[in-house]
Amino acid sequence: MSTNLSETLTFECETGNYHTFCPISCVAWLYQKIEDSFFLVIGTKTCGYFLQNALGVMIFAEPRYAMAELEEGDISAQLNDYKELKRLCLQIKQDRNPSVIVWIGTCTTEIIKMDLEGMAPRLEAEISIPIVVARANGLDYAFTQGEDTVLAAMAHRCPGKTEKKNENKFLVENLFQFTKKPEAPVINHPPLVLFGSLPSPVVTQLTLELKKQGIRVDGWLPSQRYTDLPVLGEGVYVCGVNPFLSRTATTLMRRRKCKLIGAPFPIGPDGTRAWIEKICSVFDIKPNGLEEREAKIWQNLEDYLELVRGKSVFFMGDNLLEVSLARFLIRCGMIVYEIGIPYMDKRFQAAELSLLEKTCQEMDVPMPRIVEKPDNYNQIQRIRELQPDLAITGMAHANPLEARGISTKWSVEFTFAQIHGFSNSRDILELVTRPLRRNQSLEGLGWTKLVKSAL
Amino acid sequence: MKLAYWMYAGPAHIGTLRVASSFKNVHAIMHAPLGDDYFNVMRSMLERERDFTPVTASIVDRHVLARGSQEKVVENITRKDKEERPDLIVLTPTCTSSILQEDLQNFVDRASTESDSDVILADVNHYRVNELQAADRTLEQVVRFYIEKTRKKNNLDLTKTTKPSANIIGIFTLGFHNQHDCREIKRLLNDLKIEINEVIPEGGNVTNLKNLPKAWFNIVPYREVGLMTANYLEKEFNMPYVSITPMGLVDTADCIREISKIVNRDYENYIDQQTRFVSQAAWFSRSIDCQNLTGKKAVVFGDATHAASMTKILAREMGIHVSCAGTYCKHDADWFREQVQGFCDEVLITDDHTQVGDMIARVEPAAIFGTQMERHIGKRLDIPCGVISAPVHIQNFPLGYRPFLGFEGTNQIADLVYNSFTLGMEDHLLTIFGGHDNKEVITRSLSTTDGLEWSVDALGELNRIPGFVRGKIKRNTEKYARQQNIHLITAEVMYAAKEAAGA
Repeated sequence: MSTNLSETLTFECETGNYHTFCPISCVAWLYQKIEDSFFLVIGTKTCGYFLQNALGVMIFAEPRYAMAELEEGDISAQLNDYKELKRLCLQIKQDRNPSVIVWIGTCTTEIIKMDLEGMAPRLEAEISIPIVVARANGLDYAFTQGEDTVLAAMAHRCPGKTEKKNENKFLVENLFQFTKKPEAPVINHPPLVLFGSLPSPVVTQLTLELKKQGIRVDGWLPSQRYTDLPVLGEGVYVCGVNPFLSRTATTLMRRRKCKLIGAPFPIGPDGTRAWIEKICSVFDIKPNGLEEREAKIWQNLEDYLELVRGKSVFFMGDNLLEVSLARFLIRCGMIVYEIGIPYMDKRFQAAELSLLEKTCQEMDVPMPRIVEKPDNYNQIQRIRELQPDLAITGMAHANPLEARGISTKWSVEFTFAQIHGFSNSRDILELVTRPLRRNQSLEGLGWTKLVKSAL
Repeated sequence: MKLAYWMYAGPAHIGTLRVASSFKNVHAIMHAPLGDDYFNVMRSMLERERDFTPVTASIVDRHVLARGSQEKVVENITRKDKEERPDLIVLTPTCTSSILQEDLQNFVDRASTESDSDVILADVNHYRVNELQAADRTLEQVVRFYIEKTRKKNNLDLTKTTKPSANIIGIFTLGFHNQHDCREIKRLLNDLKIEINEVIPEGGNVTNLKNLPKAWFNIVPYREVGLMTANYLEKEFNMPYVSITPMGLVDTADCIREISKIVNRDYENYIDQQTRFVSQAAWFSRSIDCQNLTGKKAVVFGDATHAASMTKILAREMGIHVSCAGTYCKHDADWFREQVQGFCDEVLITDDHTQVGDMIARVEPAAIFGTQMERHIGKRLDIPCGVISAPVHIQNFPLGYRPFLGFEGTNQIADLVYNSFTLGMEDHLLTIFGGHDNKEVITRSLSTTDGLEWSVDALGELNRIPGFVRGKIKRNTEKYARQQNIHLITAEVMYAAKEAAGA
C-alpha cells in the first residue's frame, strides 16, 4: 500500500454517459429555503414529469413552483414568448404574491434561444416583481449545479454597500447583544458572507460554530427570504459551504468584487475544523479549542467507525459532493477506489483536494482516482472487478447492484440530509453505515445474490 | 404556454421506453440531454427491478447544439450493439431532439449497416402524443417491423396452432398492476382451455414476434396500449381480437362470451360457476355489507380503461351512486362517454388536476376512486380514496397478488371499495362521538421544566424540529442541561446536547 504514497491524485475524464438528476431539481430545495420565492420552470412535459416523479410527494403540498409548459405554438414561435410569460407571471402574482419569481431556463429554452435574460428586466418593470433568471439546463449542468446557477444569478441582486438598508435593524440587534451575556469576544473583522443553501438548523449551527471563534456572519446567500439578501461589495469576504458552487464563487469575486476564502468544505469533523481554521487564518484569529472539539466528535463516532474501518467505497458520481465525502470517509478509515464526479473545478475545490491528498498520506492509503464525466457502463465493469464493500450511486443503479450482492447507498440522500458541521457528522455515517448494518442483520441467510446471471 | 403543476400522463418518450424495456434483450437509446434518463430511476424504484434498465442516453450537450450529433448517435448505437448484443435497439427521440430536427432516421440507417442488432427509430412526436399514445404506437411499430422483416425473407408461417390459442397484448412495465393482471388472464385462458401463444411486450422476445399470427385471436385487456397492434394484425392476417376489459363480473363474463364466439365453445356453465361460487363479488353485492353502500355517492377518475370499468362496477354491481366519472385520456373521450353513459350523473374529460379537485369538492362524495392525485385531493378534503389507475406511487406496486382483472380481480375490487367506504364511515362516527380517546389531556409534555428556561432562539430552533421527535429532543436537551447545571437553554446548548447524546 505504501508504494502508492508518493503518488499524487490522478484525474481522468470519461465519456459523460452517466446518470444524474437534471439541474432543475434544485427548485425542490430552493423554493423551500427561500420562503417568499416562486420558481417557474420554463420547459416541456419532460421537465415537468421529472420534477413530479423525482420530488414525489412535495407536489401535493401546494408548492411554490410550477411549469410553464411549452406547447407546439411556443416552439414554432407562433405565440409571443413575452406575452405568454407575462400572462403566467401575472397569474402567479395574483395567486401567490411572491417577493421574487425565479425563471429556470431549460434545454428547450436554450435550443429555441428564448431570450429570458432580455425579457426579464422588461417584465419585471411591468409587473413590479423581481425576476431572476437561471439557466439550469441538462445541456450544460448536472444535478446540484442547478443551485449554483440560481445563486450566481441571485448574487447580482444582493444590495451593494452603498445601498444602506435596514440600519435600524442592525441597531436593534446590537442593543440585544448588550443585554445578552457576552459569550465570546467579538473581534473586529471585515464582513463575512457565506454562500450555499442549507436547511436553517444547519445555518444556525455553522453560524454558532464561527461565533465561538469570535467571527460574525454578516449574511447568507441565499437567505431565508429574498428580501433579506446579504450586502455584498468590495472588502466583503465570502466563503462557500458546498463544493458545487463554483459559478457563484466566480460571480462573487469578479462581479461583486468580494474576496473568496478558499477552504475545504465543512463536511465531516475534519472538514469543519479545516473550514473554520481557514476562515480564522484569513481574519488573523487564533482558533480556540477546535482540536479538542474535533477529537470529541470523533470519539462520539466510534461505534460507527468500527463498522466502516478497512471497508472499501466506490463513488459513481452524480452530485459533486463526492470529493468532500471521500475525504471524510478516508479519514474514517475507509479505502476509496474511485471518485466519480460530474464536473471538477480544480480551482474552487483546491483546498479540498489538497486536504484529500494530505488525508490519504496520513491514513496511509492509496490515492483514489478521480473520474470526471464518468461512464456508468465502464464503472459497472470496474465495480464487478473491485467488488467494493459499498457503492455510492444513483437510484437507477442501486437496486440492480444490490441484486448482484453489491451494497449501495443512494447518493441523492447526501444532498437532502443534513451533513454539514461538527454535529451532523454522525448523520453522514448513519447514511454510510446503513447498508452495512442492514448486512449485519441479514447475515447468514444466504440471499446476497438475487439474480440468475453473473454481474 | 400552460401553467402546470402536475400531469396525469407523461411525455411521449416514456411510453416508448416502457414498451422497449418490457421486451427481453431490447435496448433503447435516448437522444437526450443529461438528466433525461430518469426513466431508469422510475423503473428501478417503482418496479424494484433487479436488472439494469436497458436504456441509455446519447447525450445532447453544448457540442451537439453547435455541431450536431454527427457520429455520436451512430457510435453509441454500435457501442451498445457490441457491449450487450441486443436483438433490437430503439433510438428514442425526446422533446429536445424534436426541436433540433436532426435526421435521426439517417443515423439509424447508418448504424443498422454496422451493427448485428436491428435498429429502429421510434416514430413518436413529443408535441402531438402523450405517454400512452406513444406506447401504443411503438408497440405497433415493433410488431410491424418484425412481421415485415420475416415476410421479406418469405419466412412468415401463417398456420394456426392446432388447439385454440391467444396472444395477450399490452402488458408492460410500470403499468398499473399489470403483472398481476397478466397472471390472472393466463389463469382465465387456462380455465377456458385456451393456450397462450405470446405475451407482449412484457417478457417477450422480439424474435418471436413472427409467431404472433399463429394464434387464433388477440386479447387486448387495456384500452390504452395494444389496440393499434391488434388492429394491424386484424388488417394483415384477419385475426380477430377481444378488447372488452375483463374487469368486474359483468364485463369479465362479456369478455369470455366474446372469446367463446371466436373459439366456438360454450362457456356459460363456467361463467355461472365462477360468478356465483368462486368469485366472492356476486355474493358480496347481495350481502348486507354492500346493502349499506346503496346510494352512497362516489367519484371516479383515471385512465379510460380503469375509470370506465370502475364506474360500471360501482353503479351496476354494487348499487353505488356515481356522481361523476372522468378520464384524463382526452384522445379517447368519445369511447369513454359511450361506456359510462347511464352509469353516472356527469362526465369529466380533463387533464387538469385542479378541475378534478374542484369537481370533488363540489360533489362531496363519500369515497373517491382515482389516481394518486385524487388520493391527495381526498386527504385534503378528508374523503377516503381507493387508487384504481396510474399515475401511481411505489405502494401501487404491491408484492402480493393483487389483480384488477378476472374473477380474482373482482374480489380485490370489492375489498378496495368496501374498505374505502367503511373507513369513511368509521371516521364519521368518530367525529360525532368525539374521537377514540375522550379523556382530557392533563399534561401536554412528559418533561418537567422546573428551574429551566428556554431562550427565544432555542425555542425557535425547537419549533423547527419535526413534530414527531420534538418531545424527545426537548427532554434530552433538558436532561443534558440539568446534568451540566445550565439554567438557560440556548440554541448552542441544544446542539451540545445533541452531540453529547450522539444522535
